Amino acid sequence: MSVSPLNTKIREANAKGKVALVPYLPAGYPTRERFWEELDKLDAAGASVIEIGMPFSDPVADGPVVEAACLKVLEDGITLQWILDGLRERKGRYNAALLLMGYLNPVLQYGPERFARACAEGGVSGLIIADMPIDEAGFLTDALKPHNVELIPLVGLNTSRERLEMYAKDAGGFVYMVSVLGTTGQRDSLPARVKEKLAEVREVFDIPVALGFGLKHPDQVAPFAGLMDAAVIGSALISHIEAGGDAASYMDIWTS
Amino acid sequence: MKKGYFGDYGGQFVPELLMPPLLELEQAMDTIMVSKEFQDEFAALLKECVGRPSALTFCPNLSHDIGVNLWLKREDLNHTGAHKINNTLGQALLAKKMGKKMLLTETGAGMNGVATATAAAMMDMGCKVYMGAVDVERQSLNVRRMELLGAEVVAVESGTRTLKDAINEALRCWISTQETTHYCFGTAAGPHPFPLLVRELQAVVGREARMQYVERNGALPDVVCACVGGGSNAIGAFHAFVPDESVQLVGVEAAGTGEPGCFNSAPLNLGTDGVLHGTKSKLLQTDDGQIMPSHSVAAGLDYPGVGPEHAALQAAGRAIYGSVNDEQALNAFKTLSRREGIIPALESSHAVAWVLENADKLQGKNVLVNLSGRGDKDMDIVEHVLDQGE
Ligand SMILES: Cc1ncc(COP(=O)(O)O)c(C=O)c1O
Repeated sequence: MSVSPLNTKIREANAKGKVALVPYLPAGYPTRERFWEELDKLDAAGASVIEIGMPFSDPVADGPVVEAACLKVLEDGITLQWILDGLRERKGRYNAALLLMGYLNPVLQYGPERFARACAEGGVSGLIIADMPIDEAGFLTDALKPHNVELIPLVGLNTSRERLEMYAKDAGGFVYMVSVLGTTGQRDSLPARVKEKLAEVREVFDIPVALGFGLKHPDQVAPFAGLMDAAVIGSALISHIEAGGDAASYMDIWTS
Repeated sequence: MKKGYFGDYGGQFVPELLMPPLLELEQAMDTIMVSKEFQDEFAALLKECVGRPSALTFCPNLSHDIGVNLWLKREDLNHTGAHKINNTLGQALLAKKMGKKMLLTETGAGMNGVATATAAAMMDMGCKVYMGAVDVERQSLNVRRMELLGAEVVAVESGTRTLKDAINEALRCWISTQETTHYCFGTAAGPHPFPLLVRELQAVVGREARMQYVERNGALPDVVCACVGGGSNAIGAFHAFVPDESVQLVGVEAAGTGEPGCFNSAPLNLGTDGVLHGTKSKLLQTDDGQIMPSHSVAAGLDYPGVGPEHAALQAAGRAIYGSVNDEQALNAFKTLSRREGIIPALESSHAVAWVLENADKLQGKNVLVNLSGRGDKDMDIVEHVLDQGE
């Protein structure tokens, strides 16, 4: 199998001695037009992977900031089709690898096969489904595989060795380690257990390890140098835009 | 059949972070719950604290009025006023034996919240209840009861501010509190093993009803009927009758105002297949897979999803699911009160209303309705609506 662009892009940043940046922005946020501008800015500022949120009415793995942003774009009429069409029009424009992140039901209604094809046509390399543990994922990975779209495993502080190994068997792009036993949202400090678990995840997976949930400042990940390859940043970016900033000024915090 | 499924429905569609507590719960069901010690303790609690067996009551006046022999399984006579207590005491006992210190739950009408708060007080555990802000307002008596019982009630302001959003918040809370806390899920929906666990704890309703009915009549009823919110009281009533093919099982959903295109709570009648709150079942959703707001005058039925076993019973043709609207339910609420001296919960009124609405087709039949709860909690709503209407 060919190496996933998700893997390649993260490794490119790592080769320059950097932690790869994986910003998350809900599709259509803050507005339909500005969303595509912000995506361009994230790309220009050196994001390795851009995670595009597919809004869902009931995002149980998300905290208040992401939930509010998702409910706002749903009110603005953002649909899966709008996202996939927009990406198809812009295919080839981004240096970063693209990832879609959301919940299962909208993907189910779209149709897994049709969705996988549309991902490939839109240059999307991977998918994160927050409410899809590996035990249920078979039908989705079957649909994604022919189109070279990776299902990214989300693992946590409480994921057993046995389950880490189940996920590692099939994983290709990178593994996403959730830094807190909780929902998305900025936190001032991360649990002490993160370091130990990252080391275990590193040991079990032979693909890049990304850390996410709760990150807002590079100082937070400094203690994990060598144990992680990429940092995922969501709520902090949304809050920064909400407060009047833009993707470029936010990325400065992480790149300067 | 795949583990955790009923036919094509069920499963565990949750964040990976919730898999460990679900697996731990499944394990506890396989070891602790099947033990004689647990079963004996649970049976004693049901007898001495809940007041089981609950009565089976024949309704002479109403039966005469409508030409249908109407029997009620009286879950309204249970401690705390509804069937919910069967489930919460069972789960609380299990959680205690699992070493948990806290019970977490969601509530719509407040009955599950009150029942969980009661179980927590009995077992000397902490209790936190998520409740949609809309429901906090319309079921304020139950909020006061929960607080008196020592529970913390959190009003949920996100989304549609009803039961669906209370479940979202409770699931979020469980992710971070799983080590010390059991999520005492209030109905036979949600991720595996909840649909199975809740059914097992509520099956006592149908087992008792079947025995009592046969003892009195020497035969089985023709129809067993129950309202369906998440589906716990209905699956509890149905379970013992599933093998009895002569018994027609009827679930009753809430049609809301009943106008075409109105918000309703009837996913088995008006919904499509999808995944919400960890389970694959019938859902009220848009073509894009967003969950639609639901509506019912009965807060406990106001949910856009339904337990997976009901979707499977429907698909298999073993149960049928009808619906009645708010007005029909309010009418049944009044009728049962005046003709039999029993004030039913608005949720249960839906099941009674289905019998009244279908009386012409049920002439001479023996119909057993699971009266899931009593209507004290609904007095404010009913007086408000009836004042406006009369
Ligand atoms: C009295 C009563 N009946 C029925 C229900 C509906 O729930 P379920 O379908 O899970 O029994 C509720 C829920 O709050 C209730 O309070």
